[in-house]
Amino acid sequence: MPEAGGVPVPERPRLAPGVRLHFDKTRGAWVLLSPERVIEAEGPAHEIIQRCDGTRTVGQIVDELATLFTADRAVIAADVTEMLSELVAKRLLVS
Amino acid sequence: MAAVATGLSAPLGLLAELTHRCPLACPYCSNPLALENKAGELDTGVWTRVFREAAALGVLQVHLSGGEPAARRDLVEITAAAREAGLYTNLITSAIGLDETRLARLQAAGLDHVQVSIQDVDPESADRIGGYPGGHARKLAFARQVVAAGLALTVNAVIHRANIDRVAALVEMACALGAGRVEVAHTQYYGWALRNRDALMPTREQVFQAMADVERIRPRYEGRMVIDLVVPDYYARRPKPCMGGWARRSLNVTPSGRVLPCHAAETIPGLEFWSVRDRSLADIWVNAPAFQAFRGTEWMREPCRSCDRREIDFGGCRCQALAVAGDAAATDPACDLSPHHARMLALAEAASAGDAPADYAYRGRGR
Repeated sequence: MPEAGGVPVPERPRLAPGVRLHFDKTRGAWVLLSPERVIEAEGPAHEIIQRCDGTRTVGQIVDELATLFTADRAVIAADVTEMLSELVAKRLLVS
Repeated sequence: MAAVATGLSAPLGLLAELTHRCPLACPYCSNPLALENKAGELDTGVWTRVFREAAALGVLQVHLSGGEPAARRDLVEITAAAREAGLYTNLITSAIGLDETRLARLQAAGLDHVQVSIQDVDPESADRIGGYPGGHARKLAFARQVVAAGLALTVNAVIHRANIDRVAALVEMACALGAGRVEVAHTQYYGWALRNRDALMPTREQVFQAMADVERIRPRYEGRMVIDLVVPDYYARRPKPCMGGWARRSLNVTPSGRVLPCHAAETIPGLEFWSVRDRSLADIWVNAPAFQAFRGTEWMREPCRSCDRREIDFGGCRCQALAVAGDAAATDPACDLSPHHARMLALAEAASAGDAPADYAYRGRGR
């Protein structure tokens, strides 16, 4: 399990029950909806979250994003792991 | 879209009070003392229109509440309508009136999340608080069915004198049930809860101990369960940002269709509420007098008006200002800058001095 900030990230992350990624047409923004919470998925976050489907590994998600953004894999890997770790800590993501 | 065009923020949440009917009679209920009856309730068709209008206005989440929403025979149809409108659907229930079959139908209708209330960890105490013998066992059984169905579960525990010493155990019970989230909700004194304030109010020591207990055990649940707190106003120093600001983030529709900026707003005399029977939700959001009454900061007086927190807490709660300071436009007395703050604390201390368990005025069962 890749780790950042002490919270382990699952091998094949998926959104927790009750958590939904939604495009908010009124505000023109991607949002993560969960009980009593609306969290804006800013910038490229929705590209990461969309791929958390329980089938892709963290490594595959990083590969896909590195291709999508034609960016350095190590940089993407650090960003993805940090974001996924935060989502796990908030219980928005599970294995 | 009208709200955006006029520069107002669009609402995020809609509390749909589908009915005021409820098999339970919790003395901490914040429903109004004058409960609406079945004959006046909106039908499925009107709720469907309200959900579509809400989604078009920018609402993302609908909370199907009451009363007990399961008392509505058309709850599954209503849930489906909310989901079809594109809303995140949260069912707020006592669990009474629901079983595995009905849960499966709700899930098939697209229900996103279930919130079940638990009154205590001790069954006898829990049933006494809810005024419904056998209710606690049914709640636990239903909560387990929710989790087994793969649905997200929140346990809501309203905290007051009869259960405050068992807050940590309530949190643990929620986790053991498989909840992803628990709400430790210190009683908010509106409606029936205000009537029962003397019987419900914990002491300051109990409140501080309970708050400390939650912080002590919080790390234990990190990554497993979210613990959300509804803070105890009467012992606070700063007011809560009630509703995230009046008429700023959410709307409340009563069983008969009146649209309120918050669920206790009808306690404030002189406010004019509009109904979804007569107007569109967008029209109401922008133009209804009750929504305009305390929107923004223009209505504020000192000490709120020049306070650097005026857009953080929005002066706190209007209904509490009315209930304690006698004036809905006053600073929420939970704020220690309010001239009524000391009196609010004194009210709490006097109320909490009584012996527990005290007699309740059970919701909907007379005085």
